[in-house]
Amino acid sequence: MFTGASQFAFVGVVGAGGSAWAGAATAVLLGTRNALYGLRLSSLLNVRGLRRVAASHFVIDETTAMAIARDDPAASRFAFWVTGLILLSLWNLGTLIGALATQVLPDPKALGLDAAPPAAFLALIAPRLRGREPIAIALGAAIVALAFLPFVPPGVPLLVVALLVGVIGLRPAR
Amino acid sequence: MIWAPLLVASVACYLIKLSGLSLPQRFLEDPRIQRTVPLLPVALLAALIAINSFSTGNHLVLDARAAALAVAGIAVLLRAPFLVVVAGGAATAALVRLL
Repeated sequence: MFTGASQFAFVGVVGAGGSAWAGAATAVLLGTRNALYGLRLSSLLNVRGLRRVAASHFVIDETTAMAIARDDPAASRFAFWVTGLILLSLWNLGTLIGALATQVLPDPKALGLDAAPPAAFLALIAPRLRGREPIAIALGAAIVALAFLPFVPPGVPLLVVALLVGVIGLRPAR
Repeated sequence: MIWAPLLVASVACYLIKLSGLSLPQRFLEDPRIQRTVPLLPVALLAALIAINSFSTGNHLVLDARAAALAVAGIAVLLRAPFLVVVAGGAATAALVRLL
């Protein structure tokens, strides 16, 4: 899995006591936006066969942003591949360092590390909160999640939220 | 067992990306898909923030993490870099617990 928000979400759900399957479902739902990025990129990259198989792994927020910001297709392709390669290397290097570091850290809570994921999610969501609709959706989602939380198994409130977004978003246009 | 769900999610996340590069354009260009898919990350991230900040298991709680979220929020409003936001949140929770 190489798509940051999904990876954080999987850890966030499991860390909050949710089942790993609920974590997996949340991660996959968060990853659906990458399909829309692929749609934007497919005409720019024009990749087929094995190159498409490789390019798919790199379709994330950052590579899409870098690729569509360029004016000519050659620069777009260059930006996409270079951003992808650099991020893939450094991201996984950072993950490895983090995994090794937990073995020498005494108490994650004393360092406030349990407060790090929500702060990270906040930084991830901030650029998406432009306009009234996303802000309303975000507040509504937070309230619904907390309202369901005492009554259902951990992880399930997220699926309720996803279902509601589906119902609201996919309703026939008036 | 955590590896099976992790593996399934990883494969699914990859196939989503592959589908974006492979599916006929008109499927993903459906206005309802275009409207709904960008809302999913907003809603799910907001729900995750609420759950990870204000609950332990099945209980709603208000503790050091609320202060951490407030500080992270201020950092975001000040357009602080990602690492500053995350470290600021963690440091705040650690400090509040020390007091």
